[in-house]
Amino acid sequence: MPCFSVSHIRPEGLAVCVPANKVSNQDYPYLTQRERALLIKTTGIAYRHVCTARQCASDLCFEAAQQLLQALNWKQEDIGILVFVSQTPDYLTPATAAVLQSRLALPHSCLAFDVNLGCSAYPYALALMGSLLANMPHKKGLLLVGDALTRLVSEQDKSAAPLFSDAGSATALCFAPLAPPMLFNLQTDGSGSHAIIVPHGGARHPFTANSLTVTEKEKGIARNAAQLHLNGLEIFNFGLREVAANAEQLLHYAQTLPDDLDYAVFHQANKLLNDRIRHKLQLPENKTPSSLYHYGNTGSATIPLTMAACLQTQLTSQKLTLLLSGFGVGLSWGSALLRTTPMVCLPIIELGEDAVQR
Amino acid sequence: MSIELFISQFAEQFDETDPTEFTPHTEFKRLNEWSSMHALLIIALIDAEYNIPFTGEDLQTCTTIADIYQIISRRMGSG
Repeated sequence: MPCFSVSHIRPEGLAVCVPANKVSNQDYPYLTQRERALLIKTTGIAYRHVCTARQCASDLCFEAAQQLLQALNWKQEDIGILVFVSQTPDYLTPATAAVLQSRLALPHSCLAFDVNLGCSAYPYALALMGSLLANMPHKKGLLLVGDALTRLVSEQDKSAAPLFSDAGSATALCFAPLAPPMLFNLQTDGSGSHAIIVPHGGARHPFTANSLTVTEKEKGIARNAAQLHLNGLEIFNFGLREVAANAEQLLHYAQTLPDDLDYAVFHQANKLLNDRIRHKLQLPENKTPSSLYHYGNTGSATIPLTMAACLQTQLTSQKLTLLLSGFGVGLSWGSALLRTTPMVCLPIIELGEDAVQR
Repeated sequence: MSIELFISQFAEQFDETDPTEFTPHTEFKRLNEWSSMHALLIIALIDAEYNIPFTGEDLQTCTTIADIYQIISRRMGSG
């Protein structure tokens, strides 16, 4: 049984920040009018929030973290762990978490590190942060999960550009003796590592002048080797095959029925895929909130973004049983079952250009 | 399950192509309306209606609607 639990950890607050710069897929120039309409209908993505040249994922997470700490009235010196989960760090090295520790004025006693995960990030990150905090009961944890994938995508790649959007989240967690366990089912299949990949720029294929050579894979798909390559059909099949099965295993482990869930929050990549997953799990539409229309696919941030965008009222006022399910790059996928008590959840923050300061 | 039913389900994925244009011999990738989005729609349709795995690679090997139907029939063990 691959499922496991993490005890005595409670999510205390959530904040999510997106760039104020909003673009419409109706204006995407590399698709015909008819193709744009079909794309919006099928993927569910009409608008996307895109970082300007001066904004990074870390800026979005920073803003979310600042406002969340203030709303929670948490002191900087109480933060014992900062984890930054992203595919778009500021630098190859050092870790962006270290940069953020300093920007947020967190103490030197705070341990801070990066994790490279994408669409599966949020369940993984909750498990990781929860496991660490369970051994540091006097510390508080700040989990910063976000991506600026538009940075990695070729605008002239119609198979990727109209899908991706940017967002950063901050989740506050702490030790709480009476908190119900968080349950997880986390999985990996690296044989699909080519399905979503930025081939150049790491140590395997270092960035060279050749990395910038644009190749046209087919009409409308032009990109260079330092940009994101997405095999949409392979990922779609992977989603159909694995996601519902993974969630069913977790529900079985938790002795919980789909009916017992208040909401299931899926990674937001594609409406068509999420509709299929919802049917497989026999969940009604009103239990599976979607943020695709306004926010697109924000990679690691889609789950917290959807929680803040669609469930803010419920998260702040009710006890909830939530299934969270992420899946994608790696291939990596996983689900979490949380029983939350009323927490701080801020409305979505929009970050304008002038707010960035480094 | 019949090829007529599958063809009508297939045709429903298209907004502009006349339904009478769809026959077992239709070379679907040559339809004016065909796009990469339709590949997703067809895979989702087969998952929903027939509950068998059907991949992008499978679709690449198919030229006509009958080619797809043959793979479905074989995987469902009735072809």
